[in-house]
Amino acid sequence: MATKMKSVDAVLVGMGWTGSIMARELTKAGLTVVGLERGANRSPKEDFALPGIRDELKYRLRHQLMLDTATETLTMRHMPNETAAPMRRWGAFPMGDGVGGAGTHWNGVTWRTLPSELVLKTHLTERYGRNAIPADLTIQDFGVTYDELEPHFDRFEKLCGTSGKAGNLKGQFQEGGNPFEGARSDEYPTKPLIMSQAGLIFTEAAKKVGMHPFPTPSSNVSTAYTNPEGQTLGACQYCGHCEYFGCESNSKASPNICLMPVLNADPKFELRANSYVKNLVYDRQAKKVTGVIYINRQTGEEIEQPADMVVLCAYPFNNVSLLLSAGIGVPYDPNSGKGVVGKNFCLQTMSNVQLFVEQEINPFIGTGANPASVDDFQGDNFDHAGLGFFGGGYLYPSMSGGRPIQVRATPPGTPRWGSEWKKATTDWYNHNFAISAHGTSYAWRTNYLDLDPTYKDAIGRPLVRMTFNYSENDRKMSVFLTDRVMEVARAANAKILGNPNPRTGNFDNISGQSSHHTGGAIMGTDPSTSVVNRYLQNWEASNLFVMGGAVFPQNPGYNPTGLLAALAYWSAQAITTQYLKAPGPMMQA
Amino acid sequence: MANKDVPRRDFLKGAGVAVPLAATALAGGLASCAEETTTAAAPAAAPEPMLTLTATEAAFLSACYDTIIPADDLSPSGTDCGLVTYIDRQLAGAWGGGARMYRSGPFLQTKPEYGYQLPLSPREYFAAGIAATNAWTTKTYGKEFDRLEPTQRAEALTQMEQGKAEFAGIESKIFFDAVLQSAMEGFFADPIYGGNRNKASWRMVGYPGLPATWAAKAEEYRGKKVSIEPQSIADFS
Repeated sequence: MATKMKSVDAVLVGMGWTGSIMARELTKAGLTVVGLERGANRSPKEDFALPGIRDELKYRLRHQLMLDTATETLTMRHMPNETAAPMRRWGAFPMGDGVGGAGTHWNGVTWRTLPSELVLKTHLTERYGRNAIPADLTIQDFGVTYDELEPHFDRFEKLCGTSGKAGNLKGQFQEGGNPFEGARSDEYPTKPLIMSQAGLIFTEAAKKVGMHPFPTPSSNVSTAYTNPEGQTLGACQYCGHCEYFGCESNSKASPNICLMPVLNADPKFELRANSYVKNLVYDRQAKKVTGVIYINRQTGEEIEQPADMVVLCAYPFNNVSLLLSAGIGVPYDPNSGKGVVGKNFCLQTMSNVQLFVEQEINPFIGTGANPASVDDFQGDNFDHAGLGFFGGGYLYPSMSGGRPIQVRATPPGTPRWGSEWKKATTDWYNHNFAISAHGTSYAWRTNYLDLDPTYKDAIGRPLVRMTFNYSENDRKMSVFLTDRVMEVARAANAKILGNPNPRTGNFDNISGQSSHHTGGAIMGTDPSTSVVNRYLQNWEASNLFVMGGAVFPQNPGYNPTGLLAALAYWSAQAITTQYLKAPGPMMQA
Repeated sequence: MANKDVPRRDFLKGAGVAVPLAATALAGGLASCAEETTTAAAPAAAPEPMLTLTATEAAFLSACYDTIIPADDLSPSGTDCGLVTYIDRQLAGAWGGGARMYRSGPFLQTKPEYGYQLPLSPREYFAAGIAATNAWTTKTYGKEFDRLEPTQRAEALTQMEQGKAEFAGIESKIFFDAVLQSAMEGFFADPIYGGNRNKASWRMVGYPGLPATWAAKAEEYRGKKVSIEPQSIADFS
């Protein structure tokens, strides 16, 4: 029997970006809030300190900051008719863990999204006709527009101190920015980072082939910055230890430094780390979630936390798992296409080519966010008529640190070991970088999440089963986008080009794929095709809200943090200005 | 170690020599490092103690690492860089025991894309892989792996790398990849883990290690060769 705690106004499951944003907005509205976090609490001063944080083996290869797969992992399979196998170690991607979540170990790339991506199905139907969209391409509109989200993108950039250059300020084109972006109400809070050598080569080559390069928006901030919450970030030190690591100079925006100090000082907020939520308490008749049951991971004790409102702020897999195990919403069936929970799971479609160049690249002087991008072939920024696919992505030079266990490419044909390998490694370590494509992952009928019938986690809950493979649409898109990468690469006067690797093969858990997961609890305006409404409120239980990448109907070709954070602010605004006045459904089914 | 008459355990004596060199570098004897790293290993004192590897296993891995990372003018051999010490400590520790690894059954024989699916911990997997390789080289060449001539060792590893060596129980290609991965980790990781002695690999490629900041130099160094003494975790501690 679980120990029952005193009821609070709101309980949040997960304390990454969306959990900390929601906690801040709700406490400001006067609510008492408990934040439950599966992993440990982390303080930058203790946990991300020099010199130990600069340890490639510990953090990058052994995943020290990530979820321990001995306690919880996923099972994977390519198609619904196969038997899934557990991901026994992280290979394709890791999942974050602890206070800060993925916001601790991210690279800081902070995109908004194209206005057309938020109304994707409508947009493509209007431009190419209804018959142009294949039946298996189960894309949808988000149910919210860019103009509605703009103030919330702006808020998140100001929370993070994001560095960049506007390309479209209130409808006016700005030299040096992204000409394809939606209209911004304001410039970026801080100027762009110093461009690296790889960034300069990429920028020049992209211009040569008629593309429009610009500095990538980065929440590794270029100068010291104090955010509207009164929290100060330091200037980026170009240390090359960003993704997979915590930031010792407080220059990579994270929940830990941007919001947690404010929350920790707020008597209306209580953080409970090491608290693993195993179940939602669902009153099916009243259609209300009355609280959550969690395990104190230090004592093993089972605790019930009642609350008037429950917000799922965990990673997409965990949010979907809690909905499925509570029986809230109809599980998705890939055969009939009916049902919603678990539907439209997406990843990201990545590819690259290695350039071996004359110039000294100094890969160890790097920022998490790549220095430059081009958006000419993003989303529907180009005509797809006759191409046989939809989607696209941005191109960028990838060089975020020369950590040598992993970052030491050699030209094609070089052996993987022996004296010849040593010589090539020595010759080329400082003379190579990759140009990559960061592509859309558009929803496909057979890609979805459900609960595995066989494998369990450390406390006996079923693992989430991920049924995913690269779709026919995304494979064609990847071939096209990789050809665009090659155009830039060929214009860069490299001495040698590597072999491009469009995603035409199967998804695997051996090589890195992408740690951007979306869908499974998607948002929309129709309860028969979505789990939450446009305010991220569950259609069935109106006091239940779902945050994060889980709500994306499909994944645009951008790193998801900017969009999921803007959606959290958007939802928080709806909750504090509408829902709290009259708790109940904010949209009628 | 090319000499087949040399007893296999002798690799341990040669390996010990890098310790004083590393100590010298850490103490600030930086100017002499370049010569020291390329100096052939002198006869050393006591064999290095192993935490978990048996003598056969240590000799096997030493022979693998010296084939994968042979001594030449770019770096000392894998063994002299401390790679056997590195893998011994890794296998004896949490990772070797299967930490951070999902180990519940059933264990499926399934698509290779789904990744490692065996019930073995890394320590158990290395034991099985070494035994399988030695059984195969004994059948093929009449000797255990570490007693082969250097050209035969390279040939045997190539057969494994290409999946042409037929092992009982485990796949030779996947075991080769595990050994290669451990070599690269030990060679390039921070010396705190027992490999990369005297920061040999960092000197080789020109990786400066972990200076606290590049912000003030990011523009000045752009496109220019940076020649600075690499620094490791121990140098900052």
